[in-house]
Amino acid sequence: MPQGDYIELHKKRHGRRLDYEERKRKKEARQVHKRSKQAQNSIGIKGKMIAKKNYAEKAQMKKTLKMHEESSSRRKADEDVQEGAVPAYLLDRENTTRAKVLSNTIKQKRKEKAGKWEVPLPKVRPVAEDEMFRVIRSGKRKTKQWKRMVTKATFVGPGFTRKPPKYERFIRPSGLRFTKAHVTHPELRCTFCLEIIGIKKNPNGPMYTSLGVMTRGTIIEVNVSELGLVTPAGKVVWGKYAQVTNNPENDGCINAVLLV
Amino acid sequence: MNMETSQAGMGNNTVMCLLTDPEGTNLGSAMYIPQTAGPLQLTQLVNRFLNNEEMLPYSFYVSDEELLVPVGTYLEKNQVSVEKVLTIVYQQQAVFRIRPVNRCSQTIAGHAEAVLCVSFSPDGKQLASGSGDTTVRLWDLYTETPLFTCKGHRNWVLSIAWSPDGKHLVSGSKSGEICCWNPKKGELDGNPLTGHKKWITGISWEPVHLSSPCRRFVTSSKDGDARIWDVTLKKTLICLSGHTLAVTCVKWGGDGIIYTGSQDCTIKMWETTQGKLIRELKGHGHWVNSLALSTEYVLRTGAFDHTGRQYPPNEEMKKALERYNQTKGDSPERLVSGSDDFTMFLWEPSVSKQPKKRLTGHQQLVNHVYFSPDGKWIASASFDRSVRLWNGVTGQFVTAFRGHVGPVYQVSWSADSRLLLSGSKDSTLKIWEIRTKTLKQDLPGHADEVFAVDWSPDGEKVVSGGKDKVLKLWKG
Repeated sequence: MPQGDYIELHKKRHGRRLDYEERKRKKEARQVHKRSKQAQNSIGIKGKMIAKKNYAEKAQMKKTLKMHEESSSRRKADEDVQEGAVPAYLLDRENTTRAKVLSNTIKQKRKEKAGKWEVPLPKVRPVAEDEMFRVIRSGKRKTKQWKRMVTKATFVGPGFTRKPPKYERFIRPSGLRFTKAHVTHPELRCTFCLEIIGIKKNPNGPMYTSLGVMTRGTIIEVNVSELGLVTPAGKVVWGKYAQVTNNPENDGCINAVLLV
Repeated sequence: MNMETSQAGMGNNTVMCLLTDPEGTNLGSAMYIPQTAGPLQLTQLVNRFLNNEEMLPYSFYVSDEELLVPVGTYLEKNQVSVEKVLTIVYQQQAVFRIRPVNRCSQTIAGHAEAVLCVSFSPDGKQLASGSGDTTVRLWDLYTETPLFTCKGHRNWVLSIAWSPDGKHLVSGSKSGEICCWNPKKGELDGNPLTGHKKWITGISWEPVHLSSPCRRFVTSSKDGDARIWDVTLKKTLICLSGHTLAVTCVKWGGDGIIYTGSQDCTIKMWETTQGKLIRELKGHGHWVNSLALSTEYVLRTGAFDHTGRQYPPNEEMKKALERYNQTKGDSPERLVSGSDDFTMFLWEPSVSKQPKKRLTGHQQLVNHVYFSPDGKWIASASFDRSVRLWNGVTGQFVTAFRGHVGPVYQVSWSADSRLLLSGSKDSTLKIWEIRTKTLKQDLPGHADEVFAVDWSPDGEKVVSGGKDKVLKLWKG
């Protein structure tokens, strides 16, 4: 800093440079770039201090701008006119739009296609393989363990013949084979003893379905010709689906509820 | 009198009958009437007793069932003993008969968005409709073409109301402003009236017999208050606040009381000089959707009746008062309210705070209730796709009109109370006959939901508007 007033004295005596104003203006214009370069390139504590100062300035500027924008006249902002005009009595009600109805029907169709039917027992406890099968040792030294015996109730069709015992992998004991089920009509609340026609689906897996194993939750097809049901077209209904509701291996009988 | 037989005491071919009017006063004393007497002979009898100058039509009811066959046949069918006195209630029917509409005479396009409300003027000569495109349009009924397009609202026009003398038209919008229009020129009268903060749900004018010319009207809004405005001063006179939730409907009664129904499940009665709360009618379990007064139709039409005569202003008030007293009779004004709790209540508000009867039966919310012009029937439109008919005096259920396949939005009566019109979401309108209690005419044709219906007070035309943006005029 100057130690004296010689600079001012010179200014008073000789005036300023001829291009002083222009140079000053251009220098000030360059300050913006200089400041920005400084802010970007400083590192360490210096950079942090510069950033903090800049941020405080920015926040203050925003506040003053907002303050200036506030007007004294209180006018409600214009609301946009929306589409889908409804009368006053429908305004507070959330009606399902047509799009929602369409998407619901599509979802329903998809569920039907996937085979997810509405059944009385939608979820059943999964049965593990070691619970379902018991290992049967075979061979001269009883070391071979490839045979399995089913420990749950099964259904085999009327024309069932065993495979040659040497080759059969799954043994279905005749003591656990059932042909009839006690089927309850859900609305009439009466139970009939009806013949089983076949196993439609076992929720534990397709393997069990093909084996004919009946556990709780299995969908079976039963012969309802006894009930005398007729379709609207006039044809007699003789097979209907039912879902098994008990654990047949514990009870010794199969209880099912008819799916109407 | 050749009706009375001289065989007093012989019960073979005569019946002891007592004629009473709907309010219970007896007409003469019990007399013997031959069993071959049918409604025609009974009409003659009643006209004679009442010393009517011209033959007025009457309908007869025995224990709430209409008597259409001779008395003897009725007795046989219902095995009523001849020894007891048979009470026959007679009710006057309208002198004129409205022809049912059966064809769409014109489909007028013009609105750019769904038509939300339609209304005929009280003399039936002008038609106005409000729509989602923020305009109110006036239509010419003779040529069935657009007449004026009134721009001035900033958002959907939710409700319109004609003054009972037909000189002012007022409309309310979704942004809470109210515009007054000059119906002859189709221009905005002054500036839009502001005051409400949310959308307008209903508008009702002061009856002509209380003040002529018509100046005051009341509006209800979602922001929970109702305001009384003066159309010439263009400002709010009184603000009726008290409801905690949206006010869904407002009606100015013939005795100078304003009824407001709200989403806070109550109905409040206000007096109009100072805007004080008189009474609160509680009872509903859910939102009150709609109110109707037994004299509503006659209050809406003011001094105009089916003859279509115009009256100078000072005579208007007298004529309107005469019509009002005729419809009201001796009994107090009745109010019916329809709610989201699937039931309706019949009140006699000037008599008691407790409802007279609870009208149950609907399986979905009741959207619109409407008294017939003579006050004898109540029609209710509900989202369960049925329209129910109730007795307007006792509140007894009469019949349910089924036929619609979508929620029924609005109903409207013909001026002679013999036909009922309903418009529904399934895009059809149906006309129901009250005498036979069956469907008279099905009016399909709309491409989308029908939001608003109205029957002109002179009974000539029916107008309906809906989501398909066109207005349909139906004629007989």
